[in-house]
Amino acid sequence: MTMHAEPSTSTAETAPSASSAAGALDAATRTALFETMVLCRTYEEAILREYHADKGPGFDIGKGLVPGEMHLSAGQEPVAAGVCAHLTADDAVTATHRPHHLAIAHGMDLRAMTAEIFGRETGLGRGRGGHMHLFDPATHFSCSGIIAEGYPPALGQAFAFQRQQTDRIAVAVTGEGAANQGAFHESLNLAARWSLPVVFVVEDNDWAISVPRDAATAIPSNADRAAAYGIPGERVEDNDVEAVYAAAARAVGRARSGAGPSLIEVHTLRLWGHFEGDAQGYRPELADVPSHDPIPRYEKALRDSEVLDDEIVQRIRAAAAERVEDAIAYAKSSPLPDPASATSHVFA
Amino acid sequence: MTITDTPTAPAPHASRLTTSKAMVEAIAQEMERDPSVVYLGEDVGAYGGIFSSTTDLLARFGPERVIDTPISETAFIGLGIGAAVEGMRPIVELMFADFMGVCLDQIYNHMAKIHFESGGKVRVPMVLTTAVGGGYSDGAQHSQCLWGTFAHLPGMKVVVPSNPADAKGLMTSAIRDDNPVVYMFHKGVMGLAWMAKNARSVGDVPDGEHLVPIGKAAVARPGTDVTVVTLSLSVHHALDVAEKLSGEGVEVEVIDLRSLVPLDREAILTSVAKTGHLVVVDEDYLSFGLSGEVVATVTDHDPTMLKAPVHRVAVPDVPIPYAHGLEYAVLPRPERIEAAIRRSLAL
Ligand SMILES: Cc1ncc(C[n+]2csc(CCOP(=O)(O)OP(=O)(O)O)c2C)c(N)n1
Ligand SMILES: [Mg+2]
Repeated sequence: MTMHAEPSTSTAETAPSASSAAGALDAATRTALFETMVLCRTYEEAILREYHADKGPGFDIGKGLVPGEMHLSAGQEPVAAGVCAHLTADDAVTATHRPHHLAIAHGMDLRAMTAEIFGRETGLGRGRGGHMHLFDPATHFSCSGIIAEGYPPALGQAFAFQRQQTDRIAVAVTGEGAANQGAFHESLNLAARWSLPVVFVVEDNDWAISVPRDAATAIPSNADRAAAYGIPGERVEDNDVEAVYAAAARAVGRARSGAGPSLIEVHTLRLWGHFEGDAQGYRPELADVPSHDPIPRYEKALRDSEVLDDEIVQRIRAAAAERVEDAIAYAKSSPLPDPASATSHVFA
Repeated sequence: MTITDTPTAPAPHASRLTTSKAMVEAIAQEMERDPSVVYLGEDVGAYGGIFSSTTDLLARFGPERVIDTPISETAFIGLGIGAAVEGMRPIVELMFADFMGVCLDQIYNHMAKIHFESGGKVRVPMVLTTAVGGGYSDGAQHSQCLWGTFAHLPGMKVVVPSNPADAKGLMTSAIRDDNPVVYMFHKGVMGLAWMAKNARSVGDVPDGEHLVPIGKAAVARPGTDVTVVTLSLSVHHALDVAEKLSGEGVEVEVIDLRSLVPLDREAILTSVAKTGHLVVVDEDYLSFGLSGEVVATVTDHDPTMLKAPVHRVAVPDVPIPYAHGLEYAVLPRPERIEAAIRRSLAL
């Protein structure tokens, strides 16, 4: 992990939190990070199973109980776990077309989320939104399918929190491909100039669909771009959940204390295709990808340091499976929206 | 060379192609013919276009001419404009029409207005390709048609092929046109292996050079009782309904507009003069758009041509819902088209 830019203003530096030094995390925190990652992965594996269960014969994207595009987040759990560990449900999160891990780590109700993905009346958006459009007032969570367009609304949530004189913050997440959009740069500048309590997070999974980051972005680290706006920028290498946790502690602390925004880029991993059905013929190191899976790696590290053992891992996995299967069963048994209501909810 | 006014004109030598393959064939032929033609956009290289708009073009023409861009639509659409101004003929892809929001200024304040503002001295011969349409639960930000919005803004031609032959012929004409042309292809007509499709997304396509003039509608099916004016995927549905009703002795004339700008008002008037009954089918939003424009074309000319009220089948001013049942309730599906025809004829 490297710190790429220091704040250029005289705003007070936040002291690093007690847990920010690598290796200094207590067992409970490390277990909780692992638990969150496992819950996210268990969820994505279940959606993967349900999504493909009824697309055949062949693959028809519009068929089945979960139709449409499906962007799963497997491999990116360290970002969600490490960042959201510092948030409460009062903090806002804006996410992308690939939102499930962030929604789960931020504490979204799994039943309502899953019912939305299954297009049910009991879903967060009563089946109107779908998996790219999860809006949850309870956790101040939202996402957008338009690249980089989740950044600006986070500014507004932070602005409201600031005006309401709270220490609540907004976290805005995009992929590395989004960092070449105007909205990304406009948001960094505005948040910096107005010292808004925002944490900008970039998930660098090396790919924007089929376009490798090197082919699209002029510099190796988007964290360097923070310097252009006078805010701290930090890049976390190696998809390391504890390093994400530490970087997020600094950025969240800074935002809560009124010192303004920060940017964190995490070098993460897109374990599966861009969306389901993506054969990834463009991806040269395809066979090698599973060996970079962050979850077995973290599990091993925690076993080696005797934080986890068979029994705890078993319990964590069983608990995750139970919650996820409960949510899927709930979604499947929920009513479909009445087609006669298709034009409702356009206006308040 | 063939110049086809209607898709039913016989072609001397033809191949059976999907709409996407026909579109790519036109692009490849023009790239061979004119070295100033390049194709730019997201995932148009190794991926071949998310909706197969550029399959194999990278292998054939190389990365100097088939160019993956960053996700920076304002920058690369603007780049297309500048390159066109300097004599190139760029084809630039906006992956989904729904994404116009992030780059609309380059499109409507620049691409579309430069010729006018320069008093006709500066030309912008570029093609903006973009995927449109719903029907596969892609939600409110990935399912819109929006052609009425593009057509509303003056200075760009807007073409919307419904079948393989027109996809090829309109693309060739678009590339050669000295104006900006927005080329909107519905995902549901492309013949993609991974999406449900109508048989009409595969068809005979004239080999070699093939042009379809921009601004000429086609009579996709002649009929005497009622006119259905439509475009894009809705042409497939309208033809299915027409075939069904023919069995009941009702002859539906289906007009495939093929372009919104210029709009072939003549073709609309000729058909309605014959049938006296008009149904407009449009997968775009109902209000303030194409369907109203088609009706005004008739009523401006002579309202007494109509023997019955007009029926419009469009998306009822609601964002496209995700859930399948809700989405199908708002799209112009065959059931809604048939019901509108029956109401028009009081059947
Ligand atoms: C404005 C806009 N342009 C293009 C797209 C199509 N698109 C969807 S995801 C994607 C790639 C995004 O890459 P990245 O930001 O790195 O996120 P990742 O998918 O890797 O999580 C693209 C180009 C879009 N949704 N919005
Ligand atoms: Mg990416």
